[in-house]
Amino acid sequence: MGRPRVFIVRAPGTNCDMETAYAFEKAGAAPEVFHLNRWLESPHRADDFQIICFPGGFSFGDDVAAGRMVAARMQRLLQDALRSFVDQDRLVLGICNGFQILIKSGLLLKNDEEGRPVATLDWNDHGRYEDRWVKTAADRTHCVFLRGVERMELPIAHAEGKFAAVNQETLNTLKANGQLALRYVDDRLTDEVLPFPVNPNGSMMNVAGVCDETGRVFGLMPHPERHIDVTHHPAWTRRRGHCEQGDGMVIFENAVEYFES
Amino acid sequence: MTLWEVDIKPRVGAVDRAGLRVEAEFHDLGGQQPIQVRTARGFLVQGDFDQAGIRELADSILADAVVESWTAAQVGDDSLAESPGPEFRLITVMPKPGVTDPVALSVLDTLSRFGTPAEAVCTLRKYWIAGLGDDEALRQVATKLLANESIEQWILGPVAQDHISLGTPSAFVKRTVPIREASEAELMEISKSWQLSLTLVEMRTIQARFQGLDRDPTDIELETIAQTWSEHCSHKTLAGRIAYRDERGERHFDNMLRETIFAATVQIRRELGDQDWCVSVFKDNAGIVKFDEQNHVCFKVETHNRPSAIEPYGGANTGIGGVIRDTLGTGLGAKPICNTDVFCFAPPDLTADQLPPGVLHPRRIMKGVVSGVRDYGNRMGIPTVNGAVYFDRRYIGNPLVFCGNVGLIPVDKASKEVQPGDLIVSIGGRTGRDGIHGATFSSAELTSESERLSGGAVQIGNAITEKMAMDVLLAARDRGLYNAVTDCGAGGFSSAVGEMGENIGAEVWLERAPLKYEGLTYTEIWISEAQERMVFAVPEKHWEEFEALCRSEDVEATAIGRFEPTGRLTLKYRDEVVGDLDMHFLHDGRPPVVREASYEPQAQVAMDLSESVDVPNTVYEILGSLNVASKHWVIRQYDHEVLGGSVIKPLVGLQQDGPSDAAVIRPVLDSRRGLAVSCGMNPHYGDLDPEAMAAAAIDEAVRNCVAVGADPDRIAILDNFCWGYTDRPETLGSLVRAALGCQQTAIALKTPFISGKDSLNNEFSYVADGERKTISIPSTLLISAIGQVDSVDSCVTMDLKEVGSWIYQIGATRLEMGGSHFGLVTGRQGGSPPTLQAAMARRIFQRIHHAITQGFVSSCHDMSEGGLAIAMTEMAFAGGLGAEIDLGQIPMCETVTQLEPTARRLANLFAESNSRFLVEVRPEHANAFEQLMSDVPWGRLGKVANSSHLRINEAPAGGSSETLAEIDLVTAKQRWLAPLDWN
Repeated sequence: MGRPRVFIVRAPGTNCDMETAYAFEKAGAAPEVFHLNRWLESPHRADDFQIICFPGGFSFGDDVAAGRMVAARMQRLLQDALRSFVDQDRLVLGICNGFQILIKSGLLLKNDEEGRPVATLDWNDHGRYEDRWVKTAADRTHCVFLRGVERMELPIAHAEGKFAAVNQETLNTLKANGQLALRYVDDRLTDEVLPFPVNPNGSMMNVAGVCDETGRVFGLMPHPERHIDVTHHPAWTRRRGHCEQGDGMVIFENAVEYFES
Repeated sequence: MTLWEVDIKPRVGAVDRAGLRVEAEFHDLGGQQPIQVRTARGFLVQGDFDQAGIRELADSILADAVVESWTAAQVGDDSLAESPGPEFRLITVMPKPGVTDPVALSVLDTLSRFGTPAEAVCTLRKYWIAGLGDDEALRQVATKLLANESIEQWILGPVAQDHISLGTPSAFVKRTVPIREASEAELMEISKSWQLSLTLVEMRTIQARFQGLDRDPTDIELETIAQTWSEHCSHKTLAGRIAYRDERGERHFDNMLRETIFAATVQIRRELGDQDWCVSVFKDNAGIVKFDEQNHVCFKVETHNRPSAIEPYGGANTGIGGVIRDTLGTGLGAKPICNTDVFCFAPPDLTADQLPPGVLHPRRIMKGVVSGVRDYGNRMGIPTVNGAVYFDRRYIGNPLVFCGNVGLIPVDKASKEVQPGDLIVSIGGRTGRDGIHGATFSSAELTSESERLSGGAVQIGNAITEKMAMDVLLAARDRGLYNAVTDCGAGGFSSAVGEMGENIGAEVWLERAPLKYEGLTYTEIWISEAQERMVFAVPEKHWEEFEALCRSEDVEATAIGRFEPTGRLTLKYRDEVVGDLDMHFLHDGRPPVVREASYEPQAQVAMDLSESVDVPNTVYEILGSLNVASKHWVIRQYDHEVLGGSVIKPLVGLQQDGPSDAAVIRPVLDSRRGLAVSCGMNPHYGDLDPEAMAAAAIDEAVRNCVAVGADPDRIAILDNFCWGYTDRPETLGSLVRAALGCQQTAIALKTPFISGKDSLNNEFSYVADGERKTISIPSTLLISAIGQVDSVDSCVTMDLKEVGSWIYQIGATRLEMGGSHFGLVTGRQGGSPPTLQAAMARRIFQRIHHAITQGFVSSCHDMSEGGLAIAMTEMAFAGGLGAEIDLGQIPMCETVTQLEPTARRLANLFAESNSRFLVEVRPEHANAFEQLMSDVPWGRLGKVANSSHLRINEAPAGGSSETLAEIDLVTAKQRWLAPLDWN
């Protein structure tokens, strides 16, 4: 098939749409950016696409809670269309605010038996917005976007990025399923909550990104699209000539390759 | 209709972060006793909901079940007043009616989208506090900590009201103001009571005008004139006539800015001839210069001082929101690509009894300002890449907030022209009573009463409304749907429409403007400074498409009038003419004022350098002084990487905590071409010599840009003058002197000024012990620079890279200790401020740039506050490497060579002479580098070492090298990080 088409969703306040589209394009995909209203008008608008991406930003200003306003619209107005999209062996990626939207829409993690959400993204422990680079590692996962990934250095930029599950049991199950796909690390990958700034927000089990059971829906707080160029890295002037592209590029390449194989 | 309330608390067992923050801030502001605070955030929802409906709303939209619990009930229900314990007292805080409440608007919008509309929604915060004692103590905490009474109301106890105020319609009454017969005293009384800030001469000019017309002005006419003639909008002082006198003689300016700053640009452009790279300077909302084949860039820095003094969060919010609209309103609309922000505060560690009455604590101001810029800039999706924070006690009543924005604009969109017949279209935010009299207020002096009087001038922004407007603006621009655009800033529609229609004429239908709530008079609609509005000139044939585009993204667009070739500004309300002014009178009718200005150079006293200091401790003290100390607490709250073009970040080095000289971004993602953004400012030099301050600020801004790799032949600069009361000849004189300094330096360095903005009368007055006292800010000149980088791959950072590399100082050290940080921390007075040898400075910039593009430079750092010792220490700890340098190798001019050893040492270590860099060069490039530097002062000071020390050596005449001092880099870094390492 030709280049996979990416449906990039832009809600009021989304602000990473252009650079995310650029990263997909560089990886060989054909991205298009759509206003959320266009999708709400015709819920099957994304059906001709292979990938849906919710980029970073402040959809609806993070009003009430980050991602909530889009998530609520999706739950009520796009649920069926999205479900059928995912069921057709396609991919969904949520970055930062996109992750917040995905987790709050229920698309990423199944609700419990009583229909209650099992995890959320809460306020950073220190209560502030924070822009800083972190080290992440993939944790034995079937997540399509993380194929071949061991470690990535990426920036985070958020106020509400603390992964919080309702209880330990949920965490254990998610871990056993390989759904706690991306973790904040220093030297080692551990479940014990690492101190700030290694774990920049206090996430339980140092979770930086999670995927659904299929591994085809993935949300992460760090911004892979902000590390696709060598000069994106904060210490790039200390390692000239040592690398050719940024660590985050692989996320987009994996998405494209999924449809090539 | 029922009024429901939903309260949301952290789930049992979870941390109450908001509560902890209040406890910490209570103690920060001097509270002694232990207190306990529990919080809830809440919503009032007015509408046709039943219990089940409101529970559904709480559960699915308002609260997060994983980490929060909620209570929903009708207002007044006991469950809403339930206390965590008997010792707790409740304070509820809500926005005042009419104040923008973005979260409430989002909820309202979402409910209506789901087919369950509410009539009104309002947010609130609840604080249960134990340990405070009586009502008076609670009142103190409510007003000093929890609520800002200029925008919020607070009550002891739970919400008691039974409805949300939505305003009430007012009857239309056309008002005229009888001025034709008014005496001088009456004229001034009118100016004062209407908050017009007009002088007597101006009032008399208006009086004469209307006597000639044989009628009295309407209120809206008077307001329009006052706003157009305000200092804020017309810059009547600096762009006016000034009779200036200094030791060199007398000089008469017809337009001071035009004859100094602007004249420098004219001369530079003339000298450049075909190579001129300026596009549009000092005429549009921002200055525009060439960038590449497809795009130009524009840059503007605004001040937003007075609102920030009263409501720091909202003031800073609307400051950054406003300057972004300047970019959007430049040419046919530029795309904002990065922000800068520079703040001046009083030291945040002052105690409450050190504050004059009527001012907010500087710590509260700083936190509010930083979060105001953060929440707006981040939400707009514009990286905040550069800035500075400066501290001086004299900013206590007048903090300064400079917000800047850079934009990218296609080369064919750089100019605009309104056509007769175009519709006047407003998009974005609705008009409310917010910000009435902002333009005239910001031109007046602040007093301890301002907080009470000028609440209307303070606003809260709604960044997403502006983001939405920006999205449709750029789309409409690319489709060619309009002929002109400008922002609605100070003065509101009055200013925007007045300026756009200046050369044509306009008719406005005021009743059509969409309002936030009912009850605004026609004059309030016209002069409201409600945020997030842009005004367009849309040809009739494009109106339908323009409106549809806006509607498709939920942006409100309304035609509120038409540009008509009448030369008149005609204001109508429900078909009745309420104002009719001649555009020529409005824009050119202001009586010229000749202001006196005088400047007398201060006698210079040398700084006593006979006594030595403990060098390491002095270095630690300077690093830990507020101006030098790390600003990471601020920087990390700003998204500096959104848009995907970050190249050099504000914090760099091994652990990403070294202070970068400038930021570099790549605004076009598939190109390697970059923009460097930096600034220069040092009010301490201005206390000694404003001309020297101007030269130093320009030199600093330029060398910061050059240090990261910008081409010195392509750096444009902006000026922002913030001064005291310029009716005093000596205050205005020091400003003129600084402007003359700007002119000379800009010409010599070939750095054109492309835009600027001033803020005058920054004084704070209050009464203490029956006496009126006044605090004037230090004369503050901010220079912002925007440079260009051919290929960002050649950029360098300031952190040391490699053991064994050579360290060079480029540029000579002079005996210039005046206004230095050495003086500040040691308490030594006197000394000359840095001087500028402009021809040499330019040559140094070019040589450094050449060396960087050749790849000879591993790291490069500008030498500024604290001189060599501080710059070297910063490079070392940022790179996680040590260094060893020899003071004998420093390139120094004769004034230093001649000094006694102790004084020479101190000057070499701590002088803040201009145009100097520290450069790290690998040994294999040393020869080529030294050859390149052959016609500028340079010295090879030493080497990068594998250690945790900076060792400073000195070889006495004829003797062998001795260690003078060892600076422990771990201590140095800790001292540098600590002062502003806030939670």
